[in-house]
Amino acid sequence: MIVADRKPIEEIIQQVEAHRNVLILGCNECVTVCEAGGKKEVGILASALRMYFINNGKDMRIDEITLERQCDHEYLEEIRDRIDRYDAVVSLACGVGVQFMAEKYLSKPVYPGVNTCFLGVTEKRGLWTERCQACGQCILANTAGICPISRCAKRILNGPCGGSTKGKCEVNKDLDCAWQLIVDRLKSLGRMDDYEKLFSIKDWSTDRAGGPRKVVREDVQI
Amino acid sequence: MRLSYPSSTKIIRVPCTGKVDILHILRAFEKGADGVYAVGCMEGDCHFNSGNFRARKRVEQAKKLLDTVGVGGERVQMFNLSSAEGPRFAEYAREMDQRIRELGPNPIKLAMKKAA
Repeated sequence: MIVADRKPIEEIIQQVEAHRNVLILGCNECVTVCEAGGKKEVGILASALRMYFINNGKDMRIDEITLERQCDHEYLEEIRDRIDRYDAVVSLACGVGVQFMAEKYLSKPVYPGVNTCFLGVTEKRGLWTERCQACGQCILANTAGICPISRCAKRILNGPCGGSTKGKCEVNKDLDCAWQLIVDRLKSLGRMDDYEKLFSIKDWSTDRAGGPRKVVREDVQI
Repeated sequence: MRLSYPSSTKIIRVPCTGKVDILHILRAFEKGADGVYAVGCMEGDCHFNSGNFRARKRVEQAKKLLDTVGVGGERVQMFNLSSAEGPRFAEYAREMDQRIRELGPNPIKLAMKKAA
């Protein structure tokens, strides 16, 4: 999932204080799971903002809506009949949702309510860690299901490097060396022969190096 | 025991303090409560293992948020006692009542009255 973290409320106050009618728009998907932008977080932020502005003598209307997703036309269309009631929207979706919202409602200022961080997993409640960088050329089949692109600080393809000590990365002693993890898992799978195969130079054009990307699937287009 | 405690205290019963959400606390202040306190079981004695720890964390979160919005985090507090400690319950109620009286009314309530 896309992992996001809450923005400081002071930052959001600064963004919206010039407006009078503000919609706090949540998303029921990834940001709900990582407890940054779901229905509950929308409620907390809206309540805090209402109290702040009442306390500061500012007449503000702050409403709450949480959509199923903000990255699909059909869900964002659900607010078309209500959007004109608001001067601005604080979207608690990831950066994708914020942008799609902005594209769809051109005249409406949209502010991000969360910082979008990475593609990751919930290791335990309150701890999310990165697992994928969406490089566009998945090599997990050859690395025992552990991604050196997202989990190695250097993103190296033939590791480990000299900075790996006792299974930890030189960047941070709490950070596992991805290549140590790969070697350990290849060993347990009995596939150390794979480790002998060298990766050739990776085609980074499918990563960000090639600019903004798109996936076109004519077979599913109508 | 027929113990008395301040009549300003309105009790909202929950199955466990683990049920108390930060949203419940914030809404109470939005609706004009001058203070909110959660009374949970003794730490380590929760029937559901971690309910009172969850409540404590949420109370701490609410404190920070209330400080940020200008209501004041000292208006919210977590207490622990066992269900056999009636006198302590009354004592906490008096303590909270006194603290809130010293702090004065919820500024949100005053601002809303002023705006009306």
